[in-house]
Amino acid sequence: MAEILIKNVAKSFGSFKALHSIDLEIADQEFMVLLGASGCGKTTLLRIVAGLETPTQGEVWIGGRRVDHLPPRERGIAMVFQNYAVFPHLTVFENIAFGLRMKKLPQADIDRRVTRTAELMHIEQLLKRYSGQLSGGQRQRVAVARALAMEPDVILMDEPLSNLDALLRLEMRAELKGVLAASKTTTIYVTHDQVEAMSLADRISVMNQGRIVQAATPVEVYRNPAARFVGSFIGNPPMNFIPAMKAGEGKWTVAGITIDGPRAGRDRLDFAIRPEDVDVAPGGLKATARVVEPLGAHTLVTTDIEGAMFRAVLDSDIRVSPGDELSLVPKPDRVRWFDPETTAAV
Amino acid sequence: MTPRFLPYALLLPATLFLLVFFLYPFVQIAVLAFSGPDGFTLQHVQTMTSHWKFGTALTNTIVLALIVVPIQLVMALSMATIVTKLRTGRSAILYIFTIPLGLSDLAAGIIWLAIFEQSGFLNSLLYGLGIIERPILFLGYQNIWVIFIAVVLAEVWRATAIVMVILVSGMGLIPKEYYEAAEVFGASPWKRFVKITLPMLRPSLQSALILRTLAAFEVFAVVIALGGTTLPVLMGETFQWQFALQDRNVASAYALVILAISVVSTLFFLRVLRVPKEARI
Repeated sequence: MAEILIKNVAKSFGSFKALHSIDLEIADQEFMVLLGASGCGKTTLLRIVAGLETPTQGEVWIGGRRVDHLPPRERGIAMVFQNYAVFPHLTVFENIAFGLRMKKLPQADIDRRVTRTAELMHIEQLLKRYSGQLSGGQRQRVAVARALAMEPDVILMDEPLSNLDALLRLEMRAELKGVLAASKTTTIYVTHDQVEAMSLADRISVMNQGRIVQAATPVEVYRNPAARFVGSFIGNPPMNFIPAMKAGEGKWTVAGITIDGPRAGRDRLDFAIRPEDVDVAPGGLKATARVVEPLGAHTLVTTDIEGAMFRAVLDSDIRVSPGDELSLVPKPDRVRWFDPETTAAV
Repeated sequence: MTPRFLPYALLLPATLFLLVFFLYPFVQIAVLAFSGPDGFTLQHVQTMTSHWKFGTALTNTIVLALIVVPIQLVMALSMATIVTKLRTGRSAILYIFTIPLGLSDLAAGIIWLAIFEQSGFLNSLLYGLGIIERPILFLGYQNIWVIFIAVVLAEVWRATAIVMVILVSGMGLIPKEYYEAAEVFGASPWKRFVKITLPMLRPSLQSALILRTLAAFEVFAVVIALGGTTLPVLMGETFQWQFALQDRNVASAYALVILAISVVSTLFFLRVLRVPKEARI
């Protein structure tokens, strides 16, 4: 059992606050992805769990044991680094065996574990090679094998796929998911790539400016963003936002039409809808098409509603040209509302 | 001129300079060492080897290098490790450590002579503290080992910094991620030093050791300052034969001996600290 508990962790570098009081629980065997733009603090948080960075305040617990004062090697973790950190002076075999040798395991155990993880990562034919003789993808596999060979309670991954080309990334992503699920370890995975996050995670923690904005399942994060930032960060193209004015109890005026909304004690809210959640039908938002991009499965139409950009993902059968007027009706159950001041969901 | 030849053209003056001022004298010395009135002869080599000081000079030179270089290596490694860990004041410390590099070896020898000679600092100190009743002759021929120790001290004091400077720059080239990976995978600070720093430092260790060992084989002024000719070394004998005994042929033979052990030690370090191409960073 290795659940991870992060309690009130903060980190400052000089006067710069990299993390503001983070609280996060990660269940045993859960795959947690920390997602955010660069500089949001996700890597710092991962390094604090690893023990490579000391938190300014707060506690880190792994498997019921407080670890924030322990060196990395006593935390029961393994890590995959962004640049792999495969030791250039050691063969692939010795790289995978590195942690096992440090644990002083018997040679027979080392041989068995290295062979098994190498087979798992399909690098058994590379064991005698040096890192300099490997491709990026192969190095990545060695780095993962080295972590798995430790049979750790927790695997930490810092943007492990970001240095691979697109095709390889797709392949490794699927493979990682399978391998890690089978290994039954708790995983924290840092990435800035939302597709990677959505496809791998049991839960995603969306981070922004040193805070966790939302920690929930991928579908929840996508469908019910806890804050405007999450809606605009996740999804490609991102969520559309239009300012709305109160038109009565539970009624809101959005770009000239009235829509049912929350009974909030405010005069203004932000109306939000995902680009794929609108239909072309009479009585909707009046939009002027600006750019039409047929993408095969569907057509992405960038429009203009009262001077603001609004994107719609429409069926590819639709005939639209730039300059055309469209009427876009939002699906009522997919409409979300945000407080313009706090940016939180209403 | 095509760009392909430009680098060679630019290197040409330096190459010519080396050929004229190094290779030519070197050939001349080789010729001097092996030629007599009747052409090729081993007579000068025999004169050299049969002289009673030759064996002592050779042994002293090699033993000095065998003691001085490892001490310098260990000290430089520790100093470099500490210096690279510093966050502030790193360059200040580096400057202080490298002060002795600015001194000539003769000056260094004279400084240590001022400490060890009969009216020197050490005697004054011991006398002042009442430990001795009259000054001791430390650097006399009766106790050559004291001269030996003094030379070792002076050499370590004078030339450790050059090794350290090379190692500091070498350590700076090792990416931080390797240390972090080693740390996460269970390596203690000592293991990280042995398993990461040392192997990845091999190119710098190689340069530093070759440089230092060659210089150690050429030790001269420090020995002359501290012991005169009481502690014979190869370079000192070369000087003696050239200027005191006015025998250029035997002096040349000595020079060739120094060259030979230098070449052997260089090949040794090149071989032992070689990094296979595929295992480079």
